[in-house]
Amino acid sequence: MAEKFDAIVVGAGPSGNAAAYTLAKAGRKVLQIERGEYPGSKNVQGAILYSDALERIIPDFREDAPLERHIIEQRVWVLDDESFIGSHYRSDSFNKPPYNRYTIIRAQFDKWFSQKVQEAGALLICETTVSDLIMDGSRVIGVQTDRQGGAVYADVVILADGVNSILARKAGFRPELSPGDVALAVKEIHFLPQEVLESRFNIAGDAGVVIEMIGKITKGMMGTGFLYTNKESLTIGVGCILSDFKKQKCSPSQLLEEMKAHPSIQPLLEGGEMKEYAAHLIPEGGYNAIPRIYGDGWLMVGDAGMFVNAVHREGSNLAMTSGRIAAETVLELDAQKKPFTQKNLAAYREKLDASFLMKDLKKYRNLPQILHRNPQFYTTYPELLNRAAHTMLSVDGIDKKSKEKQIRDSFRQKRSLFGLVGDAYKMWRAFE
Amino acid sequence: MHIVVCIKQVPDSAQIRVHPVTNTIMRQGVPAIVNPYDLFSLEAALRLKDEHGGRVTVITMGPPQAEVALRKCISFGADDAILVTDRAFAGADTLATSYALASAISQINKEHAVDMVFAGKQTIDGDTAQVGPGIAKRLNLQLLTYVCRIDSLDLMTRSIQVQRRAEGGVEVLTTQLPCLITMLEGTNDMRFATMDNMFRAARCQIQRWDRVAAGIEDLSKIGLKGSPTVVSKVFAPQARTVRAQMIESDGDEPRDLAMTLVAKLFTAHPKLGETIVRRAA
Amino acid sequence: MNAEKAAPRKSGKGRVELDDRLKAYQGVWVFIEHERGEVHPVSWELLGEGRKLADTLGVTLSGVVLGAPGTQTQRFCEEAFHHGADRCYRMQDPVLGSYRNQPFTKGLTDLVNAYQPEILLLGATTQGRDLAGSVATTLKTGLTADCTELKIDMENRTLAASRPTFGGSLLCTILTLNYRPQMATVRPRVMAMPDRDPTRSGSIIDHPLGLIESDIVTKVLEYIPDARQDRPQLAFADIIVAGGRGLKNADNFQLIWNLALVLGAEVGASRPVVQAGWVEPDRQVGQSGKTVRPKLYIAAGISGAVQHRVGMEGADVIIAINSDANAPIFDFASYGIVGNAMTVLPALTKAFQQQLAVARMAG
Repeated sequence: MAEKFDAIVVGAGPSGNAAAYTLAKAGRKVLQIERGEYPGSKNVQGAILYSDALERIIPDFREDAPLERHIIEQRVWVLDDESFIGSHYRSDSFNKPPYNRYTIIRAQFDKWFSQKVQEAGALLICETTVSDLIMDGSRVIGVQTDRQGGAVYADVVILADGVNSILARKAGFRPELSPGDVALAVKEIHFLPQEVLESRFNIAGDAGVVIEMIGKITKGMMGTGFLYTNKESLTIGVGCILSDFKKQKCSPSQLLEEMKAHPSIQPLLEGGEMKEYAAHLIPEGGYNAIPRIYGDGWLMVGDAGMFVNAVHREGSNLAMTSGRIAAETVLELDAQKKPFTQKNLAAYREKLDASFLMKDLKKYRNLPQILHRNPQFYTTYPELLNRAAHTMLSVDGIDKKSKEKQIRDSFRQKRSLFGLVGDAYKMWRAFE
Repeated sequence: MHIVVCIKQVPDSAQIRVHPVTNTIMRQGVPAIVNPYDLFSLEAALRLKDEHGGRVTVITMGPPQAEVALRKCISFGADDAILVTDRAFAGADTLATSYALASAISQINKEHAVDMVFAGKQTIDGDTAQVGPGIAKRLNLQLLTYVCRIDSLDLMTRSIQVQRRAEGGVEVLTTQLPCLITMLEGTNDMRFATMDNMFRAARCQIQRWDRVAAGIEDLSKIGLKGSPTVVSKVFAPQARTVRAQMIESDGDEPRDLAMTLVAKLFTAHPKLGETIVRRAA
Repeated sequence: MNAEKAAPRKSGKGRVELDDRLKAYQGVWVFIEHERGEVHPVSWELLGEGRKLADTLGVTLSGVVLGAPGTQTQRFCEEAFHHGADRCYRMQDPVLGSYRNQPFTKGLTDLVNAYQPEILLLGATTQGRDLAGSVATTLKTGLTADCTELKIDMENRTLAASRPTFGGSLLCTILTLNYRPQMATVRPRVMAMPDRDPTRSGSIIDHPLGLIESDIVTKVLEYIPDARQDRPQLAFADIIVAGGRGLKNADNFQLIWNLALVLGAEVGASRPVVQAGWVEPDRQVGQSGKTVRPKLYIAAGISGAVQHRVGMEGADVIIAINSDANAPIFDFASYGIVGNAMTVLPALTKAFQQQLAVARMAG
């Protein structure tokens, strides 16, 4: 006798957990199916937790969620081969609770989040893959799993099965993932004694630092690097658009090795013991890559919906927000005794559009393409900027005016006036 | 028929991932699993249940998180699970562990007579293979270890026939129930859990027995107190002080390195050289 | 590089006074294991080790032989003397013809209770492990399994048994302070085979079993021997060539076989290779596989982590091939080549072939 639930959530990552929690808390009969051995086993992230998104789901999460450090300083570095030019923002107001962002370790965080979901009343089944959606015409009425007797039914199915959602592709909701729309990122966790870490990064207590990097470290490929401080470890990683990796025939782990050897980065890792390595795909296509995210009897949340703001490296908060909003849409329709038809579920999209989620994605919708077509932003500009800084900061008897001219000339030489103007325009377009 | 299967939750030392560039071993966040050897015994018990009907109860002595391992066993088809957990068990060696488990199984037997006990051959974290035989001795069960095949079970005559791996061959043994069996690894494949059993495992209320519920009266026999063996120290293996003589050659061509090595070997170790020549002939 | 970390247990430190009852336990015993007319060599290895322990304690070393009546047990006792035993305790009974847990447990337990050894050693074999756990539980005493080192702690006149712990990354020393006998099992080939002295003899003490066949529930119906040629004989191989994860795939593992063929060597493997199914489990060398003591051990693509190391570091000469110059195997190997196993192995095979050809022409 196949079981029936109010809702089935496919996936126990941040978006799936957000959806399942919200529904279960409201008393719905929820089944969550995760293909990994345990929630989080298939998930990889930097990782940064955005309080705002989680607060709206679990307001008192700070009480028992495993949090590493709250971020008080953000550094943005533009790297050349042996140097970087960057900007730091450090604020003491970030050091006053309630804290806005934290670094987390996903394995522990996902375990905690899943516990909350189960405490709220959802039923969780792991090590089970949903192989197909069960359809009645065009309506989704359940899921088929890879286990014997594995058909389960529900009034609504929420697809939270990640960037490479096979389910969405099989059902025709999403096309095959294009290598130009995803990045492949790799990361390592290096353990350092707490005192060393704190003195090296000038932090104390539970305060933390985040470094985002761009430049020659990605060898002309479109991508970014990052370094985060956890309680007693550092997370370092890099990711580039998959199509660039393929074209360049470069391996991500090799790229990471070289990045770690950069003279500005290597000292930060000194004495650390590498204990963890992971890789994952990240949606990068942005607004233009968002597929159909709702239909008769189904909704799509999280990475499956390609909700990642690449510019600001925001993914998990968009995932949680979309999961929450999807659940709220379901609850609303339920309260109004309306069926989960495509027409009615359009409210999900409307809510997303009204939220920061779609607004931000829409704002940066042209960025992926513009950046991808203009590798000078990853190579030439970092070079020029670094050399400019070097020129200005070297005291060598040359007068400042000449130095300025030298810098201007170098820019024009590399990019030409036409190119410079064009680049400025592209940047403006990308960010507008 | 009622079979009790003893399991243990252990850290998964096998789930070691290797860094693709440096080949160092990644050991962070290693999850806990059901001791792999136990699964062969559990599967054997489930097959007997398939054939003869009855119930399979899984039991473990461990901390609260061992509940996850019990649920896993339920998802494979076990009917009930009991977590025997109590702070007083801390520090137990195999003698104290077999005492606690034997007591618990006695309690189970009072409610529902136990015909057979299955246990894993050994654990991947302890490797002693002592708890199974210990339980058998205490409960006066016929002990059958290293079983590679269960040939037949006759519940009417209460007799069982098995094949047991010995050093140079296989013994065919027969004995009477009740007995305790440990299965040799690789003798079966654990079935893929059905959806029904997954639901049952997720919903199941796992019984928790403290030492009182487990029928343990003599506290001096459990935990640290009941353990004749004590760990007096833990240390890193002593490094051989002499590092390897590294073979080098100009250009590091494999051919030159190999020739240099072989020449060195035969010169420095003439007796070994003779052995090699003799063997190769 | 010896990091010692004492476990926080009071009973592990300082002098422990044994009560008089336990002080009466004297002597080191080794269970002489046999199957179908042959003694398992681990029994001799244990006599070798037992000899050292007995000498340190100033007590006798005895073998324990349980078997069917006839000339066999006599022969086993004599061999035990040849390998260092002073005495043999013997139990002869038709019921003890083939190993079975029930009569052997009773037999060994009765002997221990009658003659009170302070130390009892058994091989960690299928028979030994089956028997040791039952005997230790019957005697309510301590049993330490798979020991890699046995020493006497003279302060407490106690057996200090060391074995791997924490998944093999560390070692621990275990004591059985307040119980006798102190029992330990040791895997085959971990201890060295002692010299055999055919002139040595000793005394045999017979003791009755006190069981009849109808007392024993388990019956042996049949014995099916293995086809000899199929099983790898790593335990006593003189030369072993072993491959590890560094070979990358099953096809490359063929290079190991090629070199082994030229050298007339046995093929071994590390645990990940066995788990990946590249070779049969019998070829696994290491903590959870076999311990080997060959004259020459060639390790290719093996990092040398402790779990593998404990299985082969007793080899006379170790040659390591690894692409990582920092691989731990170079810390204890005799010779090392930093290089790609896939190119070094064929080169080595050729080099040996040439050397052998030269030797053949000369000899």
